[in-house]
Amino acid sequence: MPTHTFILNGKHVSVDVEDDVHLLWVLRDVLGVTGPKYGCGLGVCQACTSHINGRAFNPCTVPISNIKPTDEITTIEGLPATVGADLHPMQEAWLDVDVAQCGYCQPGQIMAAVSLVHETRAAGRPVTDDDLDAMRNVCRCGTYPRIRQAIRQGAAKMS
Amino acid sequence: MYGLGQGSRRFTRRRMVGYLIAAPTLVTAARFGLLADPAKGSIPTVQPIDAIDLTDILTDAALPTMALLKVTVNPDGSASFELPRAEVGQGITTAIGMTIADEMELPIERVHVTLADARPELVWNQLTGASNSMHALYQPVRTAAAIARGQLAATAARELGVSESDLRLRDGVFTAPDGRQRSFADLAEKAAVTRTTTVKAQLKPRAAQSLVGRPQRRTDARAAVTGAKTFAMDLQVPDALPTMICRAPTINGRAQSVKNLAAVKAMPGVTDVAIVPHNQFVQGGVAVRARTFGQCIDAVRALQVNWGPGSVDGKSTADVLADLKKAEIPLTPALPLAKTIEETFTFHFRPGDPLETNCAVADVRGGSAEIWSSLKSPIWAKEQIALNLGLPVDKVAVHVVEGGGSFGRHLFCDAAFEAAQVSKLLGKPVKLMWHRTDSFRQGRTHPMATSRVRISYAGNNVLAFDQRHTSVATDFTQGLGELLSAMDSSLPGQNSLQISQAFWNFTVNVPYNFGAVTQVLDEAYAFNTFNTSSVRNVYSPDAATVTELMVDKLAQQLGKDPVDVRRSFLRDDRLRAVLDKAAAVGNWGRSMPAGTAQGIAIHKEYKGASACLAEIDCRPQTVNRKVRDGYTGPRVTKVVFVVDVGLPINPLGIQAQMMGGIMDGIAQALSYGLHLEKGHFLEGSWDNAFYTRQWNVPFEVDVIVMPPTSDSPGGVGEFGVGTSMAAVACAYARATGKTPTSFPINHDGPLGFEPYPTVPPIPAPPNETP
Repeated sequence: MPTHTFILNGKHVSVDVEDDVHLLWVLRDVLGVTGPKYGCGLGVCQACTSHINGRAFNPCTVPISNIKPTDEITTIEGLPATVGADLHPMQEAWLDVDVAQCGYCQPGQIMAAVSLVHETRAAGRPVTDDDLDAMRNVCRCGTYPRIRQAIRQGAAKMS
Repeated sequence: MYGLGQGSRRFTRRRMVGYLIAAPTLVTAARFGLLADPAKGSIPTVQPIDAIDLTDILTDAALPTMALLKVTVNPDGSASFELPRAEVGQGITTAIGMTIADEMELPIERVHVTLADARPELVWNQLTGASNSMHALYQPVRTAAAIARGQLAATAARELGVSESDLRLRDGVFTAPDGRQRSFADLAEKAAVTRTTTVKAQLKPRAAQSLVGRPQRRTDARAAVTGAKTFAMDLQVPDALPTMICRAPTINGRAQSVKNLAAVKAMPGVTDVAIVPHNQFVQGGVAVRARTFGQCIDAVRALQVNWGPGSVDGKSTADVLADLKKAEIPLTPALPLAKTIEETFTFHFRPGDPLETNCAVADVRGGSAEIWSSLKSPIWAKEQIALNLGLPVDKVAVHVVEGGGSFGRHLFCDAAFEAAQVSKLLGKPVKLMWHRTDSFRQGRTHPMATSRVRISYAGNNVLAFDQRHTSVATDFTQGLGELLSAMDSSLPGQNSLQISQAFWNFTVNVPYNFGAVTQVLDEAYAFNTFNTSSVRNVYSPDAATVTELMVDKLAQQLGKDPVDVRRSFLRDDRLRAVLDKAAAVGNWGRSMPAGTAQGIAIHKEYKGASACLAEIDCRPQTVNRKVRDGYTGPRVTKVVFVVDVGLPINPLGIQAQMMGGIMDGIAQALSYGLHLEKGHFLEGSWDNAFYTRQWNVPFEVDVIVMPPTSDSPGGVGEFGVGTSMAAVACAYARATGKTPTSFPINHDGPLGFEPYPTVPPIPAPPNETP
């Protein structure tokens, strides 16, 4: 069984697993990192959204063999450490707005939101309604309006 | 700060009774049922909803065992309560925590609300459904908490040698006039009793409550946003390896044999492959167990299975529609001289699953079983799983895990049954999960239905409202039906029309003075021909949509404004108040561009009243927006929702539930349906079945919670759906000039996606390089 190495939430990890196993299952079933959720396995619902080298991606769409040893994977568990705090400002905004209902999609929502803010910052513009409209994350509980509010609030607090 | 000695005015006059229970630390419970008002008749067959509704029935059924729910004061001074309900996002752990914390003067962080394991002795007091939890539990839980506070106060007074009335209580600490203190931690053991005794509780009066009625953020929010919240899928039970079932290409098809069993068993990571025979509780198929779910998916896709017939092979939407037509009970002949407005509406199948797919962990070995799952009828699950496994009930432990949504779905214990069956079959623990595509194609749906309706009127008076609702039979066999019929509803013929009709009669209503109102339900097929469930209620969203569209048609015929016509026919002051509020806040009647419009609707259920004003944009530039693999269509741009729930416990949570109901109502009116074709549903992902996504979300959503109108909290979880579905439908009709008669409105348009194949039953995962 091949060995794969990468950086997970700031730490080097090495895992023995077949090449074609998708990263979501490596995280959840092999490494026990369960923040990224399964909602479709098809790259549709975005519940597993995490970051690779600071950009949002769906671990359910990427076989482990497509991950390089230098790739830095951040899941919701590792998000606060990226800002050196107990909670990321986006998580704080989520708490303040009381976004979560069942909470199942929320790790993915938050990771997508942080990436969105990074992207718009890089483009030198604020988050717009069009940006929020383009978010694909499914929330079956229907917390969408509070998600929009929290992203705006979190963005304002992100340095 | 809560002063205990400011005279009897500080306490409510209503004296509740409960118990101090013998235990090492202080444990209390409420006595209900024995002292409560006599039940309003056990399970009446047919009565008008004004006298008794489903909420009353569920609460009455729960009352006799309320004394078994205990508030425990722990040695560290915190309080614990094992909630006999499922938390699936609706926020009852927070609301119950508020109730206890308020009554005991404890910070809410020091009240630990966990989900109780299945407790058969609770009988009908461990069923989560019909938005009933807070209505049933609020007074009993409060009473038990008040008894705990009273006993702690008496103990503190004794310890400090002062009178109880001289004590002040704050954050779990009593303070005597001289400043000496005793905390709940100091008192937890001293306040305990060695013999269970009956005591009277003194509840805080409404004015002294400091948490109930004030916005409270969810107690589990931090766990949710850090990824620490644990769902069934996240449990780490030793050796419970990922397990999936390869399901048939048609609904309820059965696996007969596997052509390549050895080859699939030899696939990487795979530990087991076995046929799961179909039975009453299990669809069946071929189970695979592997090191990872990814390898389960690969194995499911590799399996070559000989499939037997399903339950609806060959049937498509048009066939079901024809069968419903055949089952329809005719309307009574129209009244002579009356004018009539008549219409027939179609409600297509709608998906029922939450975002977390069905999942359960099971370990069935050595003559006992242990199950973990999000279950809304865990007692029923425990008893039936025991029966199915051939084990005594006390050898089956059933743990209720927090659910990633439910919307009625977890009234059904499908994953728990499957996991138990597969674990027994393999002799190994399993963590069984459904694939998303299976959840759309083989999962439970909101039943397809037609509704024929006629309003008869003369002058400005409505003489009659006749409705014939004809539905694909709804499965009520798992728990809820048992309660409604007080018998095993899965016996042949028992989940028949009697249970569905009870559910219909105790939920649907026409809140207007419309003369003779006749609302009749009939069904087609057996309860298990299609796999159905409640989907944030069964009948009332459709019934409300029908009623409100018809009221708008009536307004048009009478040449009156929709709000005025509602106001003139309403027979409920609480509904009038929410309607007026919604119209005022939503600026009803404002001038809007062609192709856009407002719609307004009201709905009464769950001991509450609600009104929704929706604005919709049906202009081509909006309808024809392009989103990759998404459905855009008309956009609801603004919603004002007003709700009177009787006694609001947590307004922030109530707003959240209404917001969710609005997103659901938008989806159910406009876009979220299933297409049946030759025995299977075409939809297989969230990009096929168009639940509300961000590009469909209103820019403005304003939810107003009315001040208390009662001492008792009504239902919340499902309440937003029907009202907003109806308001969106009414807005669409006014924007386009055409009353929609088929829901979701996009159903009969072009299919917005390329369906996945049915063999293999689940699609290949993408292969991307980030």
